[in-house]
Amino acid sequence: MRAEPLDAETDVLVIGSGAAGMYAAIEAARAGCSVLMADRSLIGRGGATVMAQMTVAVALGAETDDHWRHHLDDTIAAGRGLCNGGLSRLLCEDGPECIRELDAWGVGWARRNGRIVQARAPGHDRPRCVYVDFLNTGPAVSKTLRTAVNRTSGIRKAGDLCVVDLMRADGAIAGAVALHIPSGNSVRLWAKATIIATGGLTRLYRRNSASTNMGGDGYALALRAGASLIDMEFVQFFPIGHLVPRLIGMDPIMWDPFRYKLGGRLLNRDMQEFTSRYGTDEGSKYVLARDLATYAITKEVEAGRGSPHGGVYLSFQHRSEADLRGAFGPVIDRLAANGIDLTRTPVEVAPIAHYHMGGVLADTRMATEVPGLFVAGEAVGGANGANRLSGNAITEALVFGRQAGRSAAVRARGMRTPVASRDAARPTTDLLAMHARGAINTAEMVQRLQTTMADDVGPFRDAGRLTRALAAIDELTHELGDRPAGSPGAFDMQRLDWLDLRNMLLVARTVAQSALMRTESRGAHQREDHPGTLTEWQVNQVASLRGGRLNLKQAPIAAAEIAS
Amino acid sequence: MTTVATLKVWRGTDPSAGRWETYSVPFEAGQSVLDGLRYIRIHHDPSLAFRFSCINANACKECMMRIDGETLYACTARLEPREMRIAPLANKALVRDLVTEIAPPAERFGG
Ligand SMILES: Cc1cc2nc3c(=O)[nH]c(=O)nc-3n(C[C@H](O)[C@H](O)[C@H](O)COP(=O)(O)OP(=O)(O)OC[C@H]3O[C@@H](n4cnc5c(N)ncnc54)[C@H](O)[C@@H]3O)c2cc1C
Ligand code: FES
Repeated sequence: MRAEPLDAETDVLVIGSGAAGMYAAIEAARAGCSVLMADRSLIGRGGATVMAQMTVAVALGAETDDHWRHHLDDTIAAGRGLCNGGLSRLLCEDGPECIRELDAWGVGWARRNGRIVQARAPGHDRPRCVYVDFLNTGPAVSKTLRTAVNRTSGIRKAGDLCVVDLMRADGAIAGAVALHIPSGNSVRLWAKATIIATGGLTRLYRRNSASTNMGGDGYALALRAGASLIDMEFVQFFPIGHLVPRLIGMDPIMWDPFRYKLGGRLLNRDMQEFTSRYGTDEGSKYVLARDLATYAITKEVEAGRGSPHGGVYLSFQHRSEADLRGAFGPVIDRLAANGIDLTRTPVEVAPIAHYHMGGVLADTRMATEVPGLFVAGEAVGGANGANRLSGNAITEALVFGRQAGRSAAVRARGMRTPVASRDAARPTTDLLAMHARGAINTAEMVQRLQTTMADDVGPFRDAGRLTRALAAIDELTHELGDRPAGSPGAFDMQRLDWLDLRNMLLVARTVAQSALMRTESRGAHQREDHPGTLTEWQVNQVASLRGGRLNLKQAPIAAAEIAS
Repeated sequence: MTTVATLKVWRGTDPSAGRWETYSVPFEAGQSVLDGLRYIRIHHDPSLAFRFSCINANACKECMMRIDGETLYACTARLEPREMRIAPLANKALVRDLVTEIAPPAERFGG
């Protein structure tokens, strides 16, 4: 027999414990609220934050004179006309405060002569990116925030709790229903304010830098609860993701700083440099923006000049062992443990899905259109427009997390009790109580969806492939049915896959449909059948669910708040 | 001839009443044991339970299990073209198959 759903009550519910979720939890608790922070994985370990190894962009002015306005100008330029100016401004303006707070908490930003070092990264007009050596930025940020969470009273943490749906009562969000993975029980989490901090969606793609928790849950939760998503067609591919040889224990985007520091060369099958062929000659410096590099590599592979596994070569053979060791110290040993000696052989790299610019529509308080629902971090759409600058994502997670925590606290403090109505939970608790009839291979279906997305909804698109992808998504949705696989038992991976697919298919459809609608090319969205960037397309696409159907409309860019 | 790795995997929800199941996985140099387990879920049995999140980065620290008697991360242990025995951690409460209760008590629901 299965137990009755369990209940928990809190002022503020935070879904996800990456940088955004943890900062939100700390800020809401500092404002005097009780906080419950739930994560489907271990606390502070399941998402992108702990995996990030590179840099964080922020106008500290520690290296050269800088101002958040310069950072904002670069962010807006990279966003190719689609940034929500208010959100971009918040990211750039509040960045320094959050970075300094982390510094005070002992994150250990790399320093030279007592001053924080800021490195230069593509798209930034000056050295602006802080980091923690060696390739330890994300783990250090995550650990520092975990410690700060533990020091802050009023925060309860619950790992292995996968949020399945938000609860809605009287037109507002009343919390969420979660699956307690180790027991298979459902749990009702009643809250006065709820923050989605679930990160991005790159697990939708075959080649990605994602963890298994990045299937876009937060986007699906928001859609089903009546909130809107914007810019869903803009998935950022990281051009030189590691492909071959199999490299374990390392972030697949680790080659980025190698290129900044040592100028790695991109070579085709014939060991020839090729980026100049696509009008993107970067000379000896690594200055090529991500979308341009992705283009050059994809085209070279399509022309049949790729490396054996469908990428291109990245070579450091022109650098000495001493240079490599000087720049990367112990990382060179980790590479050696994987059988990689950069002085002798190149590696193969290829574009991989890395970050999502689109996301939940929110204002600068991080409030969605649905009362009681807030959003933070990568789950938010709009701050980075059609293309994100490197280093902006962790800043975004920190700043938006803090802001969402603040706003959620304001709402929670103004309410006596959460709106608790059993009916709000019923559809989801009923779903979670069902036993499967018949068997489907959910793990294989995830793989099929990833293949479809990679082949037909990658960075280069056309109407034919997008239409084919939508048909494949329809078919998978039909196959999935509306009765969960597996059973409501302990750690049932098929049930988890089924719930993941329920979200992934909805989110994949939103990406593909938005991409099909946008008949132009801009930033991370390149239509081979519509190569130009069009003024009339300088609009956001807003997706919502109306009567179970996905609805898309165009809306003017919210650029007004840039001017102060 | 293709080489295979033979994974003998402990399965069950009761530590005193489990069973060993054997799966063949095509072997490719450089793969991790986790790659092998993920292959099993896609090609043989999606009900096999094990914990993992980050797959490559060795950052989530969820995939700890016993591999040939040694406690290792499945994502950094190399798959080998021979029989390998995979079992759940012995010193943690069993949840199912290779999954044990690894979260600190203060980070569990109801904890
Ligand atoms: C490998 C890698 C390297 C990167 N490097 C950089 C970099 O150098 N610089 C930079 O600026 N950005 C980088 N990024 C991007 C950046 O790391 C992320 O955008 C940022 O960390 C997102 O933070 P977040 O808190 O929004 O989400 P995450 O850190 O992804 O956290 C989301 C959390 O939500 C949980 N969750 C998801 N769904 C549910 C659910 N249904 N129920 C409960 N919990 C759920 C997840 O388990 C996870 O713990 C990188 C990303 C990756 C993947
Ligand atoms: S899968 Fe994350 S550490 Fe092994």
